[in-house]
Amino acid sequence: MPWMNGAQAVVKVLAEQGVDRVFGLPGGAVLSLYDALRAGGIPHTLVRHEAAAAHAASGYARATGKAGVCIATSGPGATNLLTGIATANMDSVPLVAITGQVPSRLIGRDVFQEVDMTGAAAPFAKHVMQARSAAALPRMMREALHIAATGRPGAVVVDIPSDIAAAEANMDFTQGPELPGYRPVFEGHPLQIKRIQAALAQSRRPLILAGGGVLSAGAWAPLRALAERLGAPVALTMMGLGAFPASHPLCLGLTGMHGARRAMQALAQADLVLVAGARLGDRGRVEHTLRPGTVLVHMDADPAEIGKTLRTDIPVVGDIGAILRALLDIPSPGRPPWAFPGPEHSAHPAASLMRRLAALLPPETIITTDVGQHQLWAARYLPVDHPRSFITSGGLGTMGYGLPAAIGASLGTGRPSLVITGDGSFQMHLPELATLAASGAQVKLLVMDNGSLGLVRELQDEHQGGRHFGVSLDGNPDFCALARAYGLASRSAAMEDQEALEWLVRQPGCALLRLAVPQGLDAQSIQEV
Amino acid sequence: MRHTLSVVVVNSPGVLTRVSGLFARRGYNIESLTVSATQRSDISRMTIVVEGDPAVLEQMVKQLNKLIDVIKVWDITDTALSRELALIKVACGAAARSQLLEICRVYRASVVDLSPEYMILQITGTSQKVDALEELLEAYGIVELVRTGSVALERGANRRMQL
Repeated sequence: MPWMNGAQAVVKVLAEQGVDRVFGLPGGAVLSLYDALRAGGIPHTLVRHEAAAAHAASGYARATGKAGVCIATSGPGATNLLTGIATANMDSVPLVAITGQVPSRLIGRDVFQEVDMTGAAAPFAKHVMQARSAAALPRMMREALHIAATGRPGAVVVDIPSDIAAAEANMDFTQGPELPGYRPVFEGHPLQIKRIQAALAQSRRPLILAGGGVLSAGAWAPLRALAERLGAPVALTMMGLGAFPASHPLCLGLTGMHGARRAMQALAQADLVLVAGARLGDRGRVEHTLRPGTVLVHMDADPAEIGKTLRTDIPVVGDIGAILRALLDIPSPGRPPWAFPGPEHSAHPAASLMRRLAALLPPETIITTDVGQHQLWAARYLPVDHPRSFITSGGLGTMGYGLPAAIGASLGTGRPSLVITGDGSFQMHLPELATLAASGAQVKLLVMDNGSLGLVRELQDEHQGGRHFGVSLDGNPDFCALARAYGLASRSAAMEDQEALEWLVRQPGCALLRLAVPQGLDAQSIQEV
Repeated sequence: MRHTLSVVVVNSPGVLTRVSGLFARRGYNIESLTVSATQRSDISRMTIVVEGDPAVLEQMVKQLNKLIDVIKVWDITDTALSRELALIKVACGAAARSQLLEICRVYRASVVDLSPEYMILQITGTSQKVDALEELLEAYGIVELVRTGSVALERGANRRMQL
């Protein structure tokens, strides 16, 4: 068995498991780990704030389908990761967060930069673990990566006391994960598959509602095959955008309170809804839209999602790809698709912007967004044709996610990314412009600047009688000058300026386009279908 | 309705925090929770008594099963034998002493400590039996009371621990 220290064992497992980049910010408790990274040859992207390391690893994971890894030191480094861990976990993103910890003999003494990281992260992580010996690290790291990436993916925290990272041991790399309490189901139950097929054969107006689970399972091909076989239209949750091509005649677009009206109308008209890898969250509005009598089929990797918000007629637990492939063993109903509502054309200025943008962007571009009106506009109006190409914080709604996620997505895939952001969200992680400048990622930014926290302002219009408070972003910097300070090309233009959009897409390197957006241009939620 | 869950967990640091944190975070009510060793040193067993309608109970069981350190969860409400132990310190002047001893006899409780002013009773039984004794003793003045919470095991041939 090889003799090495704990940190070297961690890096060896990361390399063996195909992790080809990590994101982090070092400190006193992770010195051994950084030394092992340096020697082990895994590229490291240095961020300017640890939350951005988690977001970048999350963007990397969502674009590549592999687990993302981020590293922070003990204490504030670790707590800064927390928002990123919660963000990734809420969106079922495979993330392994490695945190340094004070030496094991000092744990519990409130020494410098000590925080109970496993305790802090446990409520919103898939799992948390703390290393107790160097020799346990090879198995622990494999377990962490295994838990993060299998079943319903999620965030796993591995907390490593600095003395354990530095301690040398005879490392056993032959041990795989040993987790008696973790047995994710892969194949859907054959009887449930038969029940679904029988229900599909009876259905006159079937509809598929696809969520992020289709993307995490890599199941877009069987999804498309099933939709075409059944002639069933496909509606998408925000997390599911890209799971089915927007340009496909069966695509209904986004569901939810900021979705496409036709998608919600079709949901109300369907007699059978096949939910694929979606948790039917509150913003999806499925609960309020389905008519009584609609047969609800719920397929998910996580048994706890079934029946959590809605009564389900036919549940099936397993890998979405395996279930969809099993369902394909069904004859085509031999009739044209039912008359679901047809395409709608929005005259909203944001709709026009997103359509023009989509027409210009190279098809391999990965879109990331921040959180707010710009996010809802992008999700609703930007046609997304390719899987793992639209990356947004759907569950937690974390402002500041877009830029670091775009850096991670671009570095992970070698493809260009475009961040669609607002002036509020963008300022949450502005310093990551330096990370971008140094990283070699190809990222462009579209900053939709309305000088306010636009979505909150809109909510104040809707719910507080238009009494605006705390939403005006006075003191905004000159975003173009700021971008130039970081070495990015930049320009400012009006929303309808086509030439400026072309300029942004044409720029050879990283660039920023700031668009002046009028205050009060709303995201317009759907109240009734 | 009240349910008794038997939860077999990996004996790892933090597992109790994770289980109790789950109940707190999702707003489930715990009536009692006990955790103890089993015949296997690497495995512990929790007995959790909870209150909830069938939908809430289903979510509790599913959410517990999602925890990596939870190996198995069973609702053993209808099949289990459950016991609880309580120690109750009661004020007992000379006048009340014989009455208290009579109550002990009926409830098969035992006197484990006796001083001129106070008596400590020990009782083992179902939670309902302990409740009944507690209610009866209130008239005499309960000075201090401690209960273990239920532990439960299924009757008969069920051998759930053969994992």
